[in-house]
Amino acid sequence: MHMNPPTIPDSTALRATGLRKRYGGEHALDGFDLEVGRGHVHGLLGPNGAGKTTAVRCLTTLTDLDEGSAEIDGIDVRRHPSRVRERIGLVGQFHAVDEALTAHQNLVLFARLSGVSKARAKRRADELLDSFELTDAASRAVSGFSGGMRRRLDIAASLVLTPAILFLDEPTTGLDPRGRATVWQAVREIAAGGTTVLLTTQYLDEADQLADRVSVMDHGKVVAEGTPEELKRRLGGDRVAVVIAEAARLDEAAELIGRSVGAPAAVDPDTRTVTVEVVDGQKALAPVVRALDAAALTVDDLALRRPTLDEVFLHLTGPGATTTVPAAVPAATARTHDTEEAR
Amino acid sequence: MTATTPSIAIGDGSAVRDRRSNAAREGWLIAGRDMLHWIREPWGIVFGLAFNIMLILMFGFLFGGAIELPGGGDYIAFLLPGMFALTMLFGLESTMTAMAEDAKRGITDRFRSLPITSASVALGRAIADLTSSALSLAVLMLGGLLIGWRPTTGPAEIALGIVLLLWLRFALLWLGIFLGLRFRSAGATTAVQVLVWPIGFLSTVFVSAETMPGWLGTIAEWNPVSATATATRELFGNPTGTTSGWLAENAVLAASVWPLVITAVFLPLAAVAYRRLRR
Repeated sequence: MHMNPPTIPDSTALRATGLRKRYGGEHALDGFDLEVGRGHVHGLLGPNGAGKTTAVRCLTTLTDLDEGSAEIDGIDVRRHPSRVRERIGLVGQFHAVDEALTAHQNLVLFARLSGVSKARAKRRADELLDSFELTDAASRAVSGFSGGMRRRLDIAASLVLTPAILFLDEPTTGLDPRGRATVWQAVREIAAGGTTVLLTTQYLDEADQLADRVSVMDHGKVVAEGTPEELKRRLGGDRVAVVIAEAARLDEAAELIGRSVGAPAAVDPDTRTVTVEVVDGQKALAPVVRALDAAALTVDDLALRRPTLDEVFLHLTGPGATTTVPAAVPAATARTHDTEEAR
Repeated sequence: MTATTPSIAIGDGSAVRDRRSNAAREGWLIAGRDMLHWIREPWGIVFGLAFNIMLILMFGFLFGGAIELPGGGDYIAFLLPGMFALTMLFGLESTMTAMAEDAKRGITDRFRSLPITSASVALGRAIADLTSSALSLAVLMLGGLLIGWRPTTGPAEIALGIVLLLWLRFALLWLGIFLGLRFRSAGATTAVQVLVWPIGFLSTVFVSAETMPGWLGTIAEWNPVSATATATRELFGNPTGTTSGWLAENAVLAASVWPLVITAVFLPLAAVAYRRLRR
């Protein structure tokens, strides 16, 4: 999924340790730690108010830290903010482009302000407009752009210099599915070019789609970190879910399935579904099918699934943890006891 | 447009810095953005000018006939320098609105995330606003000449008068930047748009302070806009409407010192307000 990080002595693009930021009595950041490897796409996942935007603003020198230390590309954010600014690109939550100017004028302005000469800035603007498929709209005022076009221009504007690390703060919030898909594509290509990306999002599928590693954030700190796969695995193994045609034989089916994989199976009578948690889903499928077949049970549906990041997310950040998980997990475990008692 | 897989060509070497950070260059670029706004959306400026011209016509011809100046003289000749000073005061609104809008829309954050000198943003604002005020002033002067206003002094005095007008505008820049950064709501902008009226009228722009009740006349005389209006009248050789008192003797001094005081107070406050964005 992720490409080999380039062989550079220091392979860390971003390192943040113990970041704290208070607003009034509230801790927006409360001991925030983060490390992002060079060339990686790192997702910062969290609900509204978790502190994602504050973290990005502090790391991009827009907001002063109260405590803690952060380095971008090995440069201290608090001590050398202007050197940090030479190395970052930032796409904030606003469409921070000038409405009254054309797409081309915007890019030329930001490129020249970044210290690029006029001729080069124009070439760079053309190049970026082409890459982001905005060439046709190049000489139109931004005020007439769709949300997706604006966001792409916004991302292009943050790439006028080659950044060591690109920050994207909820880049697809408010976009329609098509706009979202084009932004995802852009992020993949930017990452493929070797740029490190830190992406905040409240969409779990977005992190799943784009990020090599994910930090789940809640109440100003990171509460879990790992690859999307690792995070999902933390919540348990795969699940085999079987929908039985005959409602009367559900308990019989549960016992057969449980015995075939050596784990207690759970029954949901409403959906006529028997679920069992297994270590390796693919290996478990064959014995389950054989057992059901031998007992001449009719199967309506058979599925192998892994926990979604949604389940991981709600599990980790929910106020009462498991009670808020709507999906199979707690329901299944609760039912397990029922079937055991029934036996 | 590229076909199926457009490449975000970020590592091709064209995106390198050619220059070190330089406030003058950056300020000029940021001001250039405003000038592009004028070309794309000239109606704001045109409307502002039309409004000032309307005021001149209204006061000059509608009320002017009934206004008698202490010390005598033609009312149009008295009114025009006052209108020049009032135009400088009106510029406050546009500075404040521009700062507040950029901060709200995230443009200011975009500037702040770039490797530029922090003074560049204010410098850009200063260049753009002084340029637009200078252009407005030029148009009003031409209009004034058409309706019979004439400066009667030499080029040095006239030039000094123009410098004092822009000097007032320069001072009000810092007040506008401070207000725009500090109070970003639409309500605050409206409040300033309303408040410039009593400030503008409670001066010697339209009538001489000597025709007002004593206490009101004193307030009007101490209004910085009055100092600039009176000094400009004097320097252009137009009737001042002022026959005695401190301002009559020291108008040019007052028009030099007032903007200095405003700048001394609000430039640091504007800088603090800009730094407070980091909170």
